[in-house]
Amino acid sequence: MSVFEGLRFRRVYSPIHNLDPRIKFVYVCAIFVAAIIFWELLPLIILFLIQIPFVLLAGVKREWLRSMRGAAFLATVIFLTNFIFSFIGAGYIVTTKNVENAVAMTLRFIVLVESFSVFFLTTSPDHLGLALEQTHIPYEFCFAFTTAVRFVPVLAEEAQTIMDAQKARGLELERGNFLKRIRNYIPILIPLIVGSIRRSLELAEAMESRAWGATKNRTNLYVLKMHRGDFVLIVIAVGILATAIYIRLFFGIPSLNELLGSLF
Amino acid sequence: MIEVKDVYFTYPNGVDALKGVSLTIKNGEFVAIMGENGAGKTTLVKHFNGLLKPTNGSVLVDGVDTRKVSVATLARKVGLVFQNPDHQLFSETVEEEIAFALKNFGFREKVIKKRITWALNLLGLAQYRKTSPFMLSGGERKRVALVSVLAWNPKILILDEPTIGQDYQQKENLRQFIMQMKAQKRTIIIVTHDVEFVAECNPRVLLMREGRIVTDGDAQTVLTNPEILTHASVVPPQIAQIFIRLSDLGLPKNVIDVYEAREILFNILEEHAK
Ligand SMILES: Nc1ncnc2c1ncn2[C@@H]1O[C@H](COP(=O)(O)OP(=O)(O)OP(=O)(O)O)[C@@H](O)[C@H]1O
Ligand SMILES: [Mg+2]
Repeated sequence: MSVFEGLRFRRVYSPIHNLDPRIKFVYVCAIFVAAIIFWELLPLIILFLIQIPFVLLAGVKREWLRSMRGAAFLATVIFLTNFIFSFIGAGYIVTTKNVENAVAMTLRFIVLVESFSVFFLTTSPDHLGLALEQTHIPYEFCFAFTTAVRFVPVLAEEAQTIMDAQKARGLELERGNFLKRIRNYIPILIPLIVGSIRRSLELAEAMESRAWGATKNRTNLYVLKMHRGDFVLIVIAVGILATAIYIRLFFGIPSLNELLGSLF
Repeated sequence: MIEVKDVYFTYPNGVDALKGVSLTIKNGEFVAIMGENGAGKTTLVKHFNGLLKPTNGSVLVDGVDTRKVSVATLARKVGLVFQNPDHQLFSETVEEEIAFALKNFGFREKVIKKRITWALNLLGLAQYRKTSPFMLSGGERKRVALVSVLAWNPKILILDEPTIGQDYQQKENLRQFIMQMKAQKRTIIIVTHDVEFVAECNPRVLLMREGRIVTDGDAQTVLTNPEILTHASVVPPQIAQIFIRLSDLGLPKNVIDVYEAREILFNILEEHAK
């Protein structure tokens, strides 16, 4: 559940929190694309490091570390699968290149989690909804989206309670072989899914009985405006993206091993 | 036997839900835990089968520290029925729902069959044997959840809000069942806001408030003391309220049982008639 913890917004104020969510989203997309087009270790390390100033500036270091820790398990899985397959593919020998590739794939995943986590940690659901609305997306969709985001922590908590309830009936999640372990999660997933569906239906009924959608022309108390910081960020985002594409197209990227070799 | 020794518990988000609870529940005892919303009742009973481990202090079940054994091991002995049935129902039929725990505990197929029938009849669910639990009403779902724990006949039975959403008839069935379990010397712990239900059952009553146990005594003493009840956001049962108001007639104040009340009132009326 700690992955969710890492995505949970807390109301604090910082230069990053005050940025326009639309621009932050553009930034996340830029990082995203940059991370996808590189499979070498070196640029991914740079992409990872670029974001750390944002985290520090936003003052969400603790939450961010927690989300990183939450991603650790999946990262390990990604590393192991990449490593094992390249290990077998290379004819059962460990080469530095294979290790570096596996690390790069893992780091790519971490960079993606990192950028998403920075985005969600510093953007309130309300802000997000506002941003969507001002991009002229129909209000129904905006509402559905913000509600979904808001319910993530609720869902995480519910999953915990369900797990407790099934453990109290003798369910042991860590018992059995791999397939059995996956099956062990059925008694947890079904109540969770049924509960969510039921809740969404109830929510819809409750909202309609409180005259949801009665006014056609909604206005907002807050209106998003671009400030200086937003322009700086958009320059940074475009800069990262342009540099990344340029390097990708016109340069060969040395592996870390070669680079270190040439230095010493 | 459950021994709770000076237990403190803090949730990961920093809420101090228990602040120094000490308590012993002997074998065969019948205990009701009451108190305001958020007092820590559910948190406390989750310690009894090891779902939650104390941040400080210790909980011993039959002399074994709950930190040293798995929940599954403890659950065989300590059955806990959760407040909300929707947190546990997942099977295609009511029958399979009940079988789930029995399979987990490794009962044999034949025994499972027998237990299911026994459990279904216990709270009037026999006609729903092949029904999907999701098709049932709220009160019925709650009963399926109850029965799915009762089925393995745990030595210690904990019911979190068992009377929620139950009609009068079902409540009465439940009470009868609890009384039967009590006669068999099982340990029963109920968490409830239903003061009338507690008055009818007459158990030992624990009142909780803000993570502490503020009162511990038999129902007759605790439920007829308005001061301590108000402190824990509980109102006296109706019979007690009547007798508290009638106390200037020289009637005893500590009455919660309907039959006892009738006896006393009849005696008074007879005396007046003479
Ligand atoms: N999973 C959780 N995470 C964080 N805090 C929690 C959690 N569950 C309960 N709490 C908090 O712990 C305190 C005690 O909660 P608990 O559920 O034990 O109360 P309760 O006495 O059972 O209340 P009720 O009568 O409403 O069922 C409350 O303040 C609640 O907000
Ligand atoms: Mg509770």
